[in-house]
Amino acid sequence: MDERAIGKARPPKVLVTKIGFDGHDRGSRIVATFLRDAGMEVVYTGPWQTISGVCNIALQEDVDVIGVSSLAGDHLILPKLMDALRAAGLDHIKVVVGGIVPDTETELLTSAGIARIYHPGATRDEIVDGVAALAAATRRSAAPLEAQP
Amino acid sequence: MTELAESNAGLPEGYEGARARWEAEVAGHLGADAPRVNRSGLPVQALYGPDDWDSSRYLEDLGFPGQDPNTRGIHATMHRGRPWSPRMVVGLGTPEDYNKRMRELYALGLTGLFVSPCNSHLRGYDGDQVDRELLGVCGTLIATSEDMERCLDGLPFEKESVSIGDTAPYTLTAMYLKVAKDRGIPWSTLAGTTNQSDYLSHYAALHMFYRLALPGQKRVLLDHIEWMNQHVPKWNPLSVIGQHYQQAGATPAQAMGLTLSAAIQYADDLVARGKEPDAFLPRVSFFFDVSISFFEEVAKFRAGRRIWDRITRERFGAEDPRSRRLRFHTQTSGADLTRQQPLNNIARVTVQAMAGIFGGLQSLHTDSFDEAIATPTVTTARIAVATQNILQHEAHLDDVIDPLGGSYYVESLTNRMEEEILSVIEEIDQLGGMYAAVQTGMVQKMIGASSLDFQEKVECKEQIVVGVNEYTTEGDESEYAPVPERPDPQKIDAYLSRLASFRSHRDQHRVDGALAALAGAFENETENTYGLIVDATEAGATHGEICQTVRDAVGFGEPLIVV
Repeated sequence: MDERAIGKARPPKVLVTKIGFDGHDRGSRIVATFLRDAGMEVVYTGPWQTISGVCNIALQEDVDVIGVSSLAGDHLILPKLMDALRAAGLDHIKVVVGGIVPDTETELLTSAGIARIYHPGATRDEIVDGVAALAAATRRSAAPLEAQP
Repeated sequence: MTELAESNAGLPEGYEGARARWEAEVAGHLGADAPRVNRSGLPVQALYGPDDWDSSRYLEDLGFPGQDPNTRGIHATMHRGRPWSPRMVVGLGTPEDYNKRMRELYALGLTGLFVSPCNSHLRGYDGDQVDRELLGVCGTLIATSEDMERCLDGLPFEKESVSIGDTAPYTLTAMYLKVAKDRGIPWSTLAGTTNQSDYLSHYAALHMFYRLALPGQKRVLLDHIEWMNQHVPKWNPLSVIGQHYQQAGATPAQAMGLTLSAAIQYADDLVARGKEPDAFLPRVSFFFDVSISFFEEVAKFRAGRRIWDRITRERFGAEDPRSRRLRFHTQTSGADLTRQQPLNNIARVTVQAMAGIFGGLQSLHTDSFDEAIATPTVTTARIAVATQNILQHEAHLDDVIDPLGGSYYVESLTNRMEEEILSVIEEIDQLGGMYAAVQTGMVQKMIGASSLDFQEKVECKEQIVVGVNEYTTEGDESEYAPVPERPDPQKIDAYLSRLASFRSHRDQHRVDGALAALAGAFENETENTYGLIVDATEAGATHGEICQTVRDAVGFGEPLIVV
C-alpha cells in the first residue's frame, strides 16, 4: 500500500511523551507541533509518564508511533517500555526516541527494538518523513494479511 | 586634491551633512531588503550614533556602579574589586561521587558550591522508591542529612556560599542546616541560596519540581522565606529564575520580563503577610540564562537591573540600597550548544560567558562542551572552569567595570530591551500578576510561540547554526565526544543498602512524631511550617517522607502545559 494513501485514509497517529523524572519539554512540544502541522494526529502527554501509563495511552488511543523525548538519561529505562509493549501485545507500534542519547547507548536502545533515534539538530523533514514512514509500517504489520498487496 | 584634503573637505558640512553623506554611501549596500532583528524581535541597525542615545541622561539612566538605578552594576567596585564566582552545577551518582568531583573542581579553581539532586528527588522520591536504571544518572542521590554530610565531606563550605538546587518543600536546605549544626557552624554565619525555590518558573516552564497544588506551593515557599530570613539571615531563600523561561524558548526580553513579574508576585505575597520590603528584598537573588546573542544579553542584564531598581523603589518603597540590587547567578545556555562538531561549543560558551560578565553577573556556570551529548565529565567540566579563569586572568575582563557602557549601540539597545521587558511586565500585571498568569496558559503560550519561531528560523536557515544547518561535515557527531560517566551499579547497590540501614537504625518513634507535627502545622494557616521540616530532617525523616507528608497536607498539583 502506498504510504501517502494511508495518510489520506486516516492520518498517522503519534503519541509524543516523556517517561521518567525529567521535565525539560521544549523539544517534545516543538516536535508535537511539527507533526501536527504535517497533518498527523498527535496525542501529547507532557512529562513524567510511567511505562504502564504510556502503554495504556497507546492502547486506548490506537497510536501508530510512540515518540519519547529524553534529555537527562531517562532513555535508560526504555528497554522496559519495549518489554511492556510486547507483554501488552502492542509490539506492532513503532517507538522512536528524540533528545540526548550518547552513541555509547545507541546499542542498548536499538537492540531493545527502538526504531529510530533523533539527535539534536534533526530537521523537521527528517522527523516528519521518518515518523510517517514508521506509521505506515505499523499499519502494514497490524493489517490482516489479505488486506496487504 | 590630496586624499587627506578630500576627506577633510567634509568637515564644514557638519554632523547632519556627514551623516547624510554616510547614508548615501551605504544606501543599497547594507541589506536593507533583509532587515536584521535580534532574538527579542528588535531591529538591529548597521550603525548607532548620537541620534540613538541621549548621553545627557547619564545620572537618571545609568549612574555610577552601586548607585541608582544600578544599570552599570550593583556594587561600586564590581568585578574589579571582587571577581565573579565560578559556580558549577554538579550533580551525579552517589554522594561520594559528588564529593570526589567537587574536590577535583576545587583543585582547578572553582570557588562556589552547587549541589544538584537526582531527578528522582525532584519528583519527591527517595532512591529506594524508583527504577534503579535512573538513579544518579542526572543529579546526586541525597535522601538524608547523612547523604548531604558525605557530599560535603572535607569541603570548606562554611567559607563559601553554597547554592542548593532545592525545590519545595526545601528538604536539601534543611539537611544542609543539620550538617552545619553537627559541625558546630552557627546558622547566622551560613551564606547560600535555595537555588530552585521559584515555583512559578517551574510551573510555567521547566517543570523540574515536586508537584504540589499551587496554594500549597505558595505557602511552602513563603514559610521557607520567612523562616530562613529569621534564622539564617545571610541566606537567599528566594532565587527567582529566568533561566527556565529562556531555556524553554522565551526570548531574552520575555525571560527577563517574566522573571521580574515573578519577583513582583513573591514580593507582593510577602507584603500581604505583613513583611517589610526592606526586610526581605536584600535577600532576594536571581538566576538567569545567557545566550550567544552577545549584545542583546548584555543589554538584557543592564535593562533588568534598571527596571528592578525602579520597581523596588516605586512599587515597594524600598529604601535600603541592597533591596534594589538585581543580584544574579548566570548559566550559559545549553540550548545554544550542538551535538554536531561538539568542540565548537567551547567557542559558544566563551562568547556566552563574556556576555554574562559584561552584563555584570555575580556568579557564573559555564556549560561543558558535551552538554548536548551527556552529563559532563570531569575533563569537560575542567575546560568549562578554565574558560572562566582564562577570561579573568588572561583576557582581563575583570579590569574595567561595565566596559560596554556608553556604547551608542549598547545604550540604545538597553533602552529598547527595557521597553520590551516592561511591556511583558505590563501584560502580566493586567492578568493580575504572575500567579494568575501562569494558570491562564498565557505564559506557556508566549514561550511556546517563541521557541517555535526560533526553530522555524533554524529550519529555513534564517538562523545559521554552525555544524547543524550550515558548515556541516559527515560523521563528526561523536569524534570528540567523551563517553558519558554513568553511575557504577555497585555503588548504587551500596547506596541503597545504606539507605535501608539508615531507615532501620533511626529512632522511628521520633521520626513519626516529627512528621505528625509537620502535618499538624499545615492545618493551622498562620503557623510557619518550615521549621518543622528542619526538625523532621534532624529527627531522621528522609526527603521522600517529608515530600509525601507535605503533599498529603496541601494536595497534588499538575502544572498547566500548553503545546
